[in-house]
Amino acid sequence: MTALLISFFSYRFHVKTTKTKSFIGLIIPLCAVLLALAIGAIMLLSLGANPISGYATMFGAAFGSVEGFSETAVKSIPLLLVGVGICIAFRANVINIGGEGQMVMGALLATAIALAFPDIPSLLLIPMVLLAGAVGGAFWGAIAGALKAYFNVSEILSTIMLNIVAVQFMNFLLRGPMIDPAEIARGTGIPQTMRLTENADLPILIEGMRMHLGVVVALFVAVAAYILLWRTAMGFRLRSVGYNPHASRYAGISVPKNVTSALAFSGAMAGIAGAILVFGSESHRMVTDGGSTGFTGSAGFNGIVVALLAGLHPLWSIPSALLFGGMLVGANALQRAAQVPSALIIALNGLIVVFVVSSEYFKQRTLQAGRVEQEEDDDE
Amino acid sequence: MSDSFAVMIIVATIASGIRLATPFLLASLGEALGQRSGVLNLGVDGVMLLGAFGAYYTVLQSNNLYYGLLVGIAIGLLIGVFYAFITLNLQAEQGVSGIGIYLFGLGMSDLLFQKFVGTPRPILPFMPLDIPVLSGLPVVGEMLFQHSIIVYIAFGLVPVMSFVLYRTTYGLNIRAIGENPEAADSLGVSVMATRYSAIIIGNGLAGLAGAALAIELGIFQQNLTNAMGFIAIALVYFGAWSPKGVMIGSLVFGLVQAIVLQCKTFGVIPRSASDLAAMAPAIITILALVVVAKRFKQPSALTKPYVRGG
Amino acid sequence: MKKFNLSLSALLLALFLLSPSALLASGKALRVAIIAPSAQNDLAFTQSIVDGINAIKKDRDIELAITDGTFVVEDAAAAIRDYAKKGYDLVIAHGSQYGGSLKEIAPDFPDTAFAWGTSADTFGLPNVSSYEAASDQGGYVMGVMAAAMSKKGGVGVIGPIEVGDAKLYVDGFVMGAKAQNPKIRAKVNYIGSFSDVALAAEAARAHMAAGADVLTGTAQMVVGAIGAARAKRVAWFGTQANQTELAPEIVVASQVYKWEVILKKIIADMDNGVKGGKMYDINLANNGIVIEFNDAYKLDPAVKEAGMKAIAGIKDGSIVTSHK
Repeated sequence: MTALLISFFSYRFHVKTTKTKSFIGLIIPLCAVLLALAIGAIMLLSLGANPISGYATMFGAAFGSVEGFSETAVKSIPLLLVGVGICIAFRANVINIGGEGQMVMGALLATAIALAFPDIPSLLLIPMVLLAGAVGGAFWGAIAGALKAYFNVSEILSTIMLNIVAVQFMNFLLRGPMIDPAEIARGTGIPQTMRLTENADLPILIEGMRMHLGVVVALFVAVAAYILLWRTAMGFRLRSVGYNPHASRYAGISVPKNVTSALAFSGAMAGIAGAILVFGSESHRMVTDGGSTGFTGSAGFNGIVVALLAGLHPLWSIPSALLFGGMLVGANALQRAAQVPSALIIALNGLIVVFVVSSEYFKQRTLQAGRVEQEEDDDE
Repeated sequence: MSDSFAVMIIVATIASGIRLATPFLLASLGEALGQRSGVLNLGVDGVMLLGAFGAYYTVLQSNNLYYGLLVGIAIGLLIGVFYAFITLNLQAEQGVSGIGIYLFGLGMSDLLFQKFVGTPRPILPFMPLDIPVLSGLPVVGEMLFQHSIIVYIAFGLVPVMSFVLYRTTYGLNIRAIGENPEAADSLGVSVMATRYSAIIIGNGLAGLAGAALAIELGIFQQNLTNAMGFIAIALVYFGAWSPKGVMIGSLVFGLVQAIVLQCKTFGVIPRSASDLAAMAPAIITILALVVVAKRFKQPSALTKPYVRGG
Repeated sequence: MKKFNLSLSALLLALFLLSPSALLASGKALRVAIIAPSAQNDLAFTQSIVDGINAIKKDRDIELAITDGTFVVEDAAAAIRDYAKKGYDLVIAHGSQYGGSLKEIAPDFPDTAFAWGTSADTFGLPNVSSYEAASDQGGYVMGVMAAAMSKKGGVGVIGPIEVGDAKLYVDGFVMGAKAQNPKIRAKVNYIGSFSDVALAAEAARAHMAAGADVLTGTAQMVVGAIGAARAKRVAWFGTQANQTELAPEIVVASQVYKWEVILKKIIADMDNGVKGGKMYDINLANNGIVIEFNDAYKLDPAVKEAGMKAIAGIKDGSIVTSHK
């Protein structure tokens, strides 16, 4: 399986050094977004909605006020964490489509810890549940990693299949061993845990708003991932395995070990995202509607897009996650304000992804035409 | 339980597994073709959804199931042209643009359904088409030869595709550019044209898979495919990029689903464990691959854009 | 930027003042918001509540906002909060998975009335009502009729996962079938998904192969099962909404939820200043649950008779269907 390769490496990285470069680097993707939004405007018109006020509603809801921004930040947390995990995995040349399952497994383990130790004080319990999330997700990621490293099972196959397994495991636990005893007593049987201990509630950062500690954790993890990748021996090994497995092997770096740990790291980040979704949620409990999307909001998939639009860079993933988080918050607001189906925004998100990723070509062309020297990799 | 009843249940289970395998098979045959030429498409599920809606809506309007199938294919082909343009001409990163296509299909098919149909309205599916003589055979007749035409098309495509891939120049070209586009190019094979055709046909098959699903079920609703497209991609890896392997993968997945269903129906699996049982197709697929995957090698040029002299 | 914002808001204000909805809002319209997991015209769970409000609209000036297709629980929570903030009088969280969020949100908006279902818990909050359907009752009636009409002595049930409203209905159905014919083979298949339409279709076929000649099922993926039953002309009993349109040849009867029965009570309470704290349920006795027969289906009068007897028995309390 040498050649999943360079695919994600050949992805053109963020260009900087000269002002022209960064200007073009920004303006062309921006044009792509605008083009997608223009098509979205036509779709809005055909649905009988006013596109200008529609977009104004979206933008206003997502970024127009401190409160809106707080919502956007919260929505961006899982996107950023999954995205950062994707950066690590793809840098080591493994494709992780298992974010959904890893989030679920992280959340389940974290929830189990909170159920088991409700009386531990916050100062200790919060780090504990976040760590449990990381462990749960890492475990799930490592399975796929080991399958690839030692059994040559494609991680695309195993992560997709493990998503299915994780969802059914969640349904089993929330319906059986972990269900709120009150649901049994009442006979209503809603598949959810009890309200988890307040000691595990993620503290709110701004009084009266949703923004909670999870935002800080996510930013911290993004920075940590950056340091891991470019400032540690382990990060060097991960990247070298991704860049050239043969050469790495000759240099004495274990490819199977690093492939496994790349997926474990990636899963850990998704697992933390899952834990934060539980302890930062409105309900402070875990509940299932039978699938994973009801819990994750598809962050396991959207995180891939966030990472790739950020050029697989953990720090660039921050604005990238905010953009997508804002889109999602704006879309929901638009649905409420103008009764526009949120399906429109899912379609529009798809268009934006396709257009932006296609615009890379024009960016490269323009840059080459300007005879600006191109840099390969190491885009620190 | 009498023997004849047991035989009947086994026959029904296998027939059910074959039906469940059909949409996976169509979609993964298409994906395998694209990947063989060196192009990954993660957007299969989106294409299937759009194909499914297109087919459903066409049948609703025309009452002609064949028009539905054709429209499903046509939608797939169109998306194929678009996908080929962005991944080949614009060299867009394949993983992420595929996810873009998936999101677009997921949202757009739902939106179109809400705008043009709204409330779920049924269409009448194909009646089973009994193959003369063969369908009359005891046991195998009911198991294999009393299906709808879509099932025959899907399984009939397997030898066709095997023949094309391994016995024709076109197939050789596809495999060559998937392994080493530079070498193929130097021998005068047009990498661009070959990849274009593989992607377009592959997406056409994904569209057909969606159409088949909607027509067999006689209905459309939001996210009808329920991520089947992703499973189809996984099965391409299971099948090691060969039509036969992909067929085996689809059958394993579909049959395990059918066996689990049958076991639940007879209470062999207790209700308290029904979620655990639903994991079986995924787990067995992984385990089966653990046993055989050692010798697999994927097309070397997969996901790598080709630039002449680049 | 500031200037832009000002002129934009002025423009929006002008538009708002000119719009007809602004005129309505200045009247005495009751502002109701519904947050629901599936599409509002799904011929099932979500449509039932929308139909309920629309039924009341005839006698009452209601301004209705719907946020449907909200299967992401956190998005639903955001919508609940937003509607409350915007001053809606009644916010209906129509999904049992939304309850945990509502419990935390409702105390922040003491002037807003909230209703949620299906559930039987108001969290002890004065501004939350809960509502539930005694779907086991309809299930029981259907089970009785199914067992009475089965010639092969087998009936089949397709469920999503064994929880909530689905479990109530399925348990009631099996109980009714067994009451009618203790020897009946009543098989239940929870397929493990609310959304896998193809798997639901095969589950129906598995039931038919195992000798079931009457089927039922609940949740949104059963459209696939109905299609499979229709192809073999096997009778079907529907629930949550009238499913006759989905297969006019085979649907015998449907259990239909008439939420307006309890919505009227909730709104009447609101008029008297009571914003919640009560639990409601719709059932056969209060006509919140109605068995709607498909007139086009040629039903054996004896079967219908058995069904009617079950309905009467449940209404007068001589038949007890549920855990309660």
